[in-house]
Amino acid sequence: MISRLARWFDERLGAASFARRALDKVFPDHWSFMLGEIALFSFIILVGTGLFLAPFFNASETRVVYEGSYQALKGVDMSAAYRSTLQISFDVRAGLFVRQMHHWAALIFMGAITIHLLRIFFTGAFRRPREINWIIGLTLLALAMFNDFTGYSAPDDLLSGTGLRIAYSVLLSVPFIGDWLAFIMFGGNVPAQVTISRLYGMHVVVPFFILALLGLHLMILWRQKHTNCPGPGRSNQRIVGSRMWPVYSTKFTGLFFLVFAAIATLGGLVEINPIWLFGPFNADAVSSGSQPDWYIIWLEGALRLFPSADIRIAGHTIPGLFFPGVILPLVMFGLLYFWPFIEARVTGDRELHHVLQPPVASPVRTAIGAAAITFLLVLIVAGSQDVVAVAAGGSVVTLRAALRILVAAGPAAVGIITYLWCRSLKERTS
Amino acid sequence: MSRDSGMPKRDSRRGPLLRAVSAFVISIAAAGAFLVFYWSDRGTAWLGGSLALAFAGVGAGMVFWAHGMMPDEEISEDRGDLASSEEEIESFRESLAVGENKIARRRLLGWLLGIAAGLLVLGPVSLIRSLGKSPLPVLFQTVWQNGMMLVTPDGKPVSAADMPVGAVMTVFPAGQVNATASQTLLLRVDQAALKLPPERSGWAPGGFLAFSKICTHAGCPVAQFEKSINVLLCPCHQSAFDVLRGAVVVGGPAGRPLPQLPLRIGRDGILRAGGDFSGTPGPEFWNKA
Repeated sequence: MISRLARWFDERLGAASFARRALDKVFPDHWSFMLGEIALFSFIILVGTGLFLAPFFNASETRVVYEGSYQALKGVDMSAAYRSTLQISFDVRAGLFVRQMHHWAALIFMGAITIHLLRIFFTGAFRRPREINWIIGLTLLALAMFNDFTGYSAPDDLLSGTGLRIAYSVLLSVPFIGDWLAFIMFGGNVPAQVTISRLYGMHVVVPFFILALLGLHLMILWRQKHTNCPGPGRSNQRIVGSRMWPVYSTKFTGLFFLVFAAIATLGGLVEINPIWLFGPFNADAVSSGSQPDWYIIWLEGALRLFPSADIRIAGHTIPGLFFPGVILPLVMFGLLYFWPFIEARVTGDRELHHVLQPPVASPVRTAIGAAAITFLLVLIVAGSQDVVAVAAGGSVVTLRAALRILVAAGPAAVGIITYLWCRSLKERTS
Repeated sequence: MSRDSGMPKRDSRRGPLLRAVSAFVISIAAAGAFLVFYWSDRGTAWLGGSLALAFAGVGAGMVFWAHGMMPDEEISEDRGDLASSEEEIESFRESLAVGENKIARRRLLGWLLGIAAGLLVLGPVSLIRSLGKSPLPVLFQTVWQNGMMLVTPDGKPVSAADMPVGAVMTVFPAGQVNATASQTLLLRVDQAALKLPPERSGWAPGGFLAFSKICTHAGCPVAQFEKSINVLLCPCHQSAFDVLRGAVVVGGPAGRPLPQLPLRIGRDGILRAGGDFSGTPGPEFWNKA
C-alpha cells in the first residue's frame, strides 16, 4: 500500500533519489544541537494553540460591560478584546489551558532561540560559510520578539497596556518620522480605538514571515550540512554523525513530543499572565511593579537607568528615550548582525570552518560574549529595580545609582576575568 | 563481544525495551484520561497533566527505542564542496550573457520599463496614508481651556472644600472624561510651602496644584504621590517630580517637568482651569520645537 502510494508520487515527481539521500543524510549529535529544534517545535505548538485561540479572540476596543462567569469583574466596563480573553479563560472549555500553553510556548520559543544563539556564538558556528544562516537566525529572533510583544499586548489588560504606552513612546522618539510611525502602528495617540486590532493583525501575519525564514534557515542548514564538535575523524572535509533514518528521525520526533509535554505541563499546572487579576486597561491607571516578559525587560531596564536628558537643538527635541529605546537595540542587533564579518576582519580568518571551537579556544570572543551577557543581566535587574528594592528593603534611588555603576563596570570586569581565565585554560591544555 | 553471541545482546536490550513499552502504555492510558477529562469538563490541571503525560510517553518511548534498540554506528562522510566548480560558473555566465544580449538590444524599452515600474511602486506605498491622519495637531492639542471645570472620572465637578491638604485625585475637563491626553492629577499641598516660579504665582490658589498625569518620559500615568516629601513618582521607570517647584524632575530618567495646569477657584468653590497646560503633555518627539 505505502509502496504503491510512493510509486504514485514518484511517477509524478521523481523524488526517489532525493528521498534516498534524505534518509541517508548524516546528522552530528550533541545535546546543544537540540536548542534550535526546541525553538522549531515551540513554533509549531504556537501555531497550533494559536489556531485554537483565534476564533474566540475579539480584537476590538469597543466598550462593553462584563457579564461572564468571573464574579470579581461582573459589571465592569472593559474592551471587547479583554472580555473575549476572559471568556477564553473562564468560559471556553480547555480555553485557559490552551491560552497558558500558548504563552508558555512563546516564552520557551524566545528562550530556546536565545540559548541557541549563544551556542552558535560561543562555538564560532557563525564563521564562514554560515554567515547567511546567522543573519537569518537573528532576523527570526527580531521577528519572534516583535510577535511575542504584539501577542502579549492583545488581551488589552492593564499590565500589557502599560507596555504598549512605553512602546508607543519609544517609537515616537524615532528621529523625524517617529510621530508618523507611532500613529501608523498604533492608529493614533495611544490608546487609540484601533490599537488592538492593528497589533492583532500583525500578530497573525508575522508568523508567515517567521515560517518562510525558518524554512530557509533549515534549507541552508541542509545544504551546508551541520557543524561537528571537535573529535576524532571530524574535519573540514569529513562529517561524523548518525543517519537521518531511523535513529536521528526517531530521536528528533521524540523530542517534539517531549517539548510538547513540557509545555502542556506548564500550561496545565503553572499559572501565567492571569489577566483577570490585572484588570482591564484604563488610560489613567497603572499598576506599580509593572514588568514586561523577560525577553523585553532588558530594554525596560535601559529606559530606567539612562539619565535624564531631553536635548533641544535647532527647533527639534531629541527625547532622552531615544538613546536607550532606539539606539541601544539598534547597536545590539547591529553588532550581532555584523559580528561574523567584524571577527573575520579583525582575525583575518576567512577560511571555511565546519568544526566548532570550544569557547576557551577564542578568549577574546568569549570575553566579549560574557561581557554582553553581564550587560544584559544588569539591565534585567534594572528592569525590576522597584520590585528588587522593595524586596531587599532598600531605596530605589540607591539601587539605581549602584546599577548605573554596575552596568558599565560589570561587563568590563567580567570580560577581563573571562579573557584571563580562557587564556590560562588554553595555555594549560596546549 | 555482543556480535557473536545472542544472549548478552538480548539482555542489554531488555532494559530499554521495558522502558519503551511502559512509556507507550502510560501514554495510551493518559491519552484516554485526557479524553475523559475533556468531555467531562474537568479543570485546567487535569487537562494539562493528562495531555502532558500522553505526549511525554510517546516522546520518551521513541527516545528509549532510538537510544537503546536501534543499532547506531557512527557514520563518517565526505562533506563535499559547497562552491560550484569553475566550469559550472562559466557556463552560468554564458547563459546569462545570451539573455542579456537579447534585452540590451532594446535600450529604450528597458529604460521605460524601469521608470514605469519605479513609479508604479509609489501608488501602493502611498496607501500608508490611509492608516492615519497627520499626528502633529493631535500631539500638540489638549482639551483644556480657560474656565473649564475640573471633573472626576465619573464626571462630578470638584469643589475646593472637598479636598484637604495631602489629597490627590485624577481629573478631566468637564464633559471630556475620555480625553485621555488631557488627564490631569489634582493635588493639594500647604500653600505656604509652595516654591513655584514667579510667573506661576497665581496658578495654585489655596495650595491646589494640577499637572498632566502623562509622564514626560515614556507616557505612563504618574500615579504615585509621596505626601511626606511632596514628590510625584512614576511607577514605570521611577522618575520623580517635585510638585512644590512645579513638578521639576528630581530623579529618574524623565527629561522635563510635567506640564502644569493653571487653576482658579470660582465664587461657587468649584475648581476651574485658568488656561491650557504650560507645555505639551506626554513623551517627547523630534518634530517638536
